[in-house]
Amino acid sequence: MAERQPLKSNLFNMAAVLVIVCALSALTLAYVHKKTEAPIKAVKDNLELRAITEIIPEGFDNNPFAEKTYITTSDHKRLTMYPVRRDGKITALVIKSYTDKGFGGRMEIMVGIMLDGRISGYKLIDHKETPGLGTKVADEAFAGQFRGINPDRTDLRVKKDGGDIDAVTAATISSRAVIDAIRRAYDAYTTFSAGI
Amino acid sequence: MSSQSVQNLTRGIIRENPTFVMLLGMCPTLGVTTSAGNGLGMGLATLFVLILSNSAISLVKSLIPAMVRIPCYIVIIASFVTVVDLLMAAYLPELHAQLGIFIPLIVVNCIILGRAEAFAAKNNLFQSILDAVGMGLGFTLGLTSLGIVREILGSYSVFGWSFAGEGAYPLLLFIMPPGAFIALAGLIIVFNKLRGENK
Repeated sequence: MAERQPLKSNLFNMAAVLVIVCALSALTLAYVHKKTEAPIKAVKDNLELRAITEIIPEGFDNNPFAEKTYITTSDHKRLTMYPVRRDGKITALVIKSYTDKGFGGRMEIMVGIMLDGRISGYKLIDHKETPGLGTKVADEAFAGQFRGINPDRTDLRVKKDGGDIDAVTAATISSRAVIDAIRRAYDAYTTFSAGI
Repeated sequence: MSSQSVQNLTRGIIRENPTFVMLLGMCPTLGVTTSAGNGLGMGLATLFVLILSNSAISLVKSLIPAMVRIPCYIVIIASFVTVVDLLMAAYLPELHAQLGIFIPLIVVNCIILGRAEAFAAKNNLFQSILDAVGMGLGFTLGLTSLGIVREILGSYSVFGWSFAGEGAYPLLLFIMPPGAFIALAGLIIVFNKLRGENK
């Protein structure tokens, strides 16, 4: 088969080809980004809405997304908060908290806190923990320990550090990270409720 | 298909298997194969990008001046990877959550650039696609088998289906990074043994 020789490597050819390749690539990416922007956002919203439904087992009748606001922690970090209502009254707050102390870096966790300060549950939204080890902090065996406890009355530390929480075996760092994120959410909650 | 075509197709699967023989793309190989499903997903994503990039590069090879071919290839590959990344995030969110951080790594996966440079830049579209399919399947085969071995030993399950009771303690080592090297070494021994007998 007779092969065509590639274009000569002179300055004009090289510059022109690079410009054309990059322009085509930019156009393609812009198009795909525009097409997938809405589905990607829907996927993320859906994930958070599903998390809220799981965190608040009593159910709710408002759209927490429509009432999304921001609250600040005592060290001035801004967290997203979704108020959960039943019959028009706020029954709990779902706070999107985070920690940078995870084994794989940042973890994002949605934490539900009832109006009396009790934790109703949490759900991992985004994390990079080790599959099979750190990811066990999402399991009921660990997550269940937090349900219904009030961080003011329970020592929110793993037992190794002298607290009341059983860490996941071989995943103490991930367990501490979850506690850190819950503390941050609770801190935001107390700052918020002090203002009511 | 001519014997040359058959050879181009099967070369990547056995004789020049990217994972077990050429040891290319080790970063995703060792990183994602904590479970069989992850390995399969990463393999298929790479296969898909490889077919796209090999086809595109084979089509435009005579238009690209030799001195700027590598930057052009990288831009083309990076574009396809980003497209795959966005499409996966939109339509396969579960898989994307698992593989998310490894998808951008496909850009620098040496299998992709290697095949572009060594094969697609010199061969026609049809042969380049055959080469991409073969190499992609070889890579998928490698990642999936490594994932299966690590998942069986490290979490006592296969494709998420657990065969051990609640209180079992699997060999956690195998889903951690050192286990990846040990399992890969074991598989290379087995693969070379099998391959050697077919010589």
